[in-house]
Amino acid sequence: MSIGDSQVRLCHLYPDHLNIYADRGNIAVLARRLEWRGLTLEITEAGLGDPIADDCHFYYLGGGQDRDQMLVAEDLAHKADPLRHAAEDGAVVLGVCGGYQLLGHGYTAADGQRMHGIGLLDLETTAGSSRLIGDVVLDVTLNGQSRTVVGYENHAGRTYLGGGCTPLGHLRRGHGNNGDDGCEGAVAGRRVGTYLHGPLLPKNPWLADTLLGWALDHAECPVELEPLDDDLERSAHAVAATRAGRKR
Amino acid sequence: MPSLPQGLAARAARGAGRLSQKLGRGGGTTIPGLLLSRLRPEATAEMARSVSGGVILISGTNGKTTTARLVRAALDTNGARVVANTAGSNLERGVATALLDADGAEIALFEVDEAALPGLMAQTEPRVVTLMNLFRDQLDRYGELEHLVDRWRGAVAELDPAATVIYNADDPAVAEIAARHPNTVSYGIEDPRVGRDRLPHAADTTECRHCGASLHYEMVTIAHLGRWSCSECGLARSQPDVQATRVELHGLDGQRLSIATPRGPIELSLRLPGMHNSYNALAATATSIALDLAPEAFGPALAKREAAFGRAERTQIGNVRVTTLLAKNPAGANENIRTMLLEDHPLHLLVLLNDRTADGQDVSWIWDVDYELLLDSGRLASLTVGGDRGYDMALRFRYAGFDPQRLSVVPSVSAGLNTALGASETDGHLYVLPTYTALLEFQAVLAERGLVPAFWEDE
Ligand SMILES: [Zn+2]
Repeated sequence: MSIGDSQVRLCHLYPDHLNIYADRGNIAVLARRLEWRGLTLEITEAGLGDPIADDCHFYYLGGGQDRDQMLVAEDLAHKADPLRHAAEDGAVVLGVCGGYQLLGHGYTAADGQRMHGIGLLDLETTAGSSRLIGDVVLDVTLNGQSRTVVGYENHAGRTYLGGGCTPLGHLRRGHGNNGDDGCEGAVAGRRVGTYLHGPLLPKNPWLADTLLGWALDHAECPVELEPLDDDLERSAHAVAATRAGRKR
Repeated sequence: MPSLPQGLAARAARGAGRLSQKLGRGGGTTIPGLLLSRLRPEATAEMARSVSGGVILISGTNGKTTTARLVRAALDTNGARVVANTAGSNLERGVATALLDADGAEIALFEVDEAALPGLMAQTEPRVVTLMNLFRDQLDRYGELEHLVDRWRGAVAELDPAATVIYNADDPAVAEIAARHPNTVSYGIEDPRVGRDRLPHAADTTECRHCGASLHYEMVTIAHLGRWSCSECGLARSQPDVQATRVELHGLDGQRLSIATPRGPIELSLRLPGMHNSYNALAATATSIALDLAPEAFGPALAKREAAFGRAERTQIGNVRVTTLLAKNPAGANENIRTMLLEDHPLHLLVLLNDRTADGQDVSWIWDVDYELLLDSGRLASLTVGGDRGYDMALRFRYAGFDPQRLSVVPSVSAGLNTALGASETDGHLYVLPTYTALLEFQAVLAERGLVPAFWEDE
């Protein structure tokens, strides 16, 4: 297999506007974990007004401030078709925080104003009166494997899932999608959305590798991701889970 | 509870503070103010009004402590009796506590938390407000930067037109807010040699506040600070009243500044390192000029000032010189890194990451710091990480490309210091980069070892 065959193409959407919770940490984890296995992540960035290709294997949307998220929402409508094609073809789509909300049908603000999403995930978000903030621990099952996932949440939106997707995880600690139903995030096929940052992937290497496995499969790159020495990741995960249990 | 009379409320509040200190619980710098504001909510405003020479408020995400210390040094040159919250809390309770001891003070000088500023501007009716900068910091506590900008804008709009607003012309968000006020003194850096050609990836304010178009930067200094303009609507940085025409950085030893002011040129030699301190010195100079202090007198006073607690503070431990650089947000941490890289010896680091309330519980921000610059320099000789979230910091460096085999994770601050001292012994220099509460822990460890005096600091 040549290097050319081993490439996973990732499209990082709106890195200048959706970057509030250190989203580049997630990208760094995806790139390094491939690199350490002799594979390459080819990253293209697409901002406001930039066209996107529909043949990437992984699309990433981070979180932004309200003002930036509004700018992005208008622009994302023009990128919805290639994104939908890619997702239907089997590409991975990961949205975190604001990016998660934009993957749904839309966001209704407190004053009734509506920001449209692109409907890649069957979910609706409305503004809450308070922000849901703090450490989170989830039980997550993907590909028949169950693990805990840790992170930090900070969002005013209350997200409710429709029948077209299932929760990413069930809460052990934290508020999750809406503070009511014990669920966090959403999954439909290889489309994943979550409020968790911290960032999400450094302390959850299993989740990172699951997403990379899907992307490699979509890239028709028949590689088994061999295990890495994740001692530091496991320790950071354990510390975060313990910190989530405390009163502060 | 009905409001108690001023004298009675003040006596009760002072008594509570003394009692708390006697019981060894600390809190002497906040408890009286906290109690006072409960017993008599209007007390802060009343006490502020009784300070004959007026109130000075200094605020911003980074640099307010150092700037307040510099202004204090300038004020001391003309013998004014100053009340200040130098050792205390920069929230309303800290200001109220300081004012309780204001008897006979001619002028009040407070560094103020950026989220507490609008409330304190309304209560103290300041004579001078110094608006330094707004960077992304502790999103869990302050919320989005945009909301803070809106609150500052509202507070400036309500301000007495006779008050003077000192502001950083190089911060587009702060400048847009402050320039609306009728009575201002602006400051900024003009020297093109210290400029960088592009914005760092985590810059906060990159759009025009007026029309939303992307800002163009002729020169970037720190984060989103620099010489900015909007190509769409023409909004642009105006020529600052107080400007550094020449900035000469001498690593951690300090710097020389040539400053043009309405009162004539000033040459400043500072013991404070880095361009963030150039801005602090400019803020202090502009504030001093607004207070009618004479540059010939306050210039030498600023030159004598050492760094504030934990801000490039140096301690000798055995044969290792330990430099402590507080790092609590990406903008500040990035400046520390650039300052360290001006030194010419190998860099041994002890990075301490806590996630307590005063640090911000969300540790995401470390991924927006350019630690890669340390790795790229090839001079990162040893790395010890610790604190409550030391493993998060370890991952930050692992994914930056640092070999985990060369990394020590030692959560305890005291043990981490020992490990780092051992690693740096042959080279003789160690840099400690703590978050706020980790700095307090570090200070306590040094005090236990008899290396520095014990120090009370709240929050
Ligand atoms: Zn404009």
